[in-house]
Amino acid sequence: MASTIHPMSDTDGRRWHDMGGQDAGPVPMEGHDFALWEKRVDALMVLCGSKGLFTVDGLRRALEDMGEDAFEKHSYYERWIAAVNQNLIEAGIYTLEELGTRMEEIAARGPTYGEAQNG
Amino acid sequence: MPHDHPDHAHDHDHGLSPSGHPYRADNDEPLTYWQRMEIAVRELLIEKARVSPAEITAQIEVMDARSPANGAAVVARAWSDPAFKTRLLADAGAASREMGFDIGPLNLIAVENTDSVHNLIVCTLCSCYPRNLLGLPPDWYKTREYRSRAVREPRAVLREFGVDLPESTRIRVHDSTADMRYIVLPARPAGTDKMTEAELADLVTRDAMIGTGLARTP
Repeated sequence: MASTIHPMSDTDGRRWHDMGGQDAGPVPMEGHDFALWEKRVDALMVLCGSKGLFTVDGLRRALEDMGEDAFEKHSYYERWIAAVNQNLIEAGIYTLEELGTRMEEIAARGPTYGEAQNG
Repeated sequence: MPHDHPDHAHDHDHGLSPSGHPYRADNDEPLTYWQRMEIAVRELLIEKARVSPAEITAQIEVMDARSPANGAAVVARAWSDPAFKTRLLADAGAASREMGFDIGPLNLIAVENTDSVHNLIVCTLCSCYPRNLLGLPPDWYKTREYRSRAVREPRAVLREFGVDLPESTRIRVHDSTADMRYIVLPARPAGTDKMTEAELADLVTRDAMIGTGLARTP
């Protein structure tokens, strides 16, 4: 079994997100106020959950499957919107093509978050 | 959205956008891929009548209204009312609901600091936090450093937060899950016997309810 270990597993059998007890440096104390887009991601997650479109377990599964690289490279709500989006596509709420088309339209609206809002 | 901005004369360092409109705070950085995804997901959910704009606005207002002040009010009540404290330690969700706080379906557990025991909260797997009572977690709570070390060397982590406990104090670390969240009931500081509940609440910090801090002394 050891020679065919699943690539998601570390050698100690834990997945990357199961980080309790590992060595790490000092706790970084700097924080930030949440931007509107981050608050919207949070709100969408809560609302999709309360409407039964997916569960918190679905969110976590997508976050964990992104892997450690995504954890290091992307911010918390960047990973959250990716996980929300993945769950909604899997649930058939919209298609990947609809998402891609819309994201291209949004890029054409303007260079900033504020200007890229519709209306 | 800039088109409905009512205050074109407001004082803003960044001036006007290329299209001649004032920027809004937090919205004036270059649009990122992930922000485009948020806009797209939100618009598609609205168009498909899964979520309404009013619901999104209302949910953001609900989260904005949640702050450590809510938890501090619960702690101050527990310090002032022994019967409430008993109920809080038995079922923190039910006791918090008594005070009008919406705890949702999650299981909330209050753990009490005493002369001999200090409690610390972490979520090693992700970012679970008593958000319905305290609002969104601080950034450090979600870092690899805190998640990894809080369960292994809590004394060292606490010293980084300026809390140096005697070796005789037992430290209990509670690892949260999506379904089970913890809040620390800090020890009531000495010299507070005559204080009102509102005055007591001012002594209770966010970190005191996570366990990375102690209640302020008056």
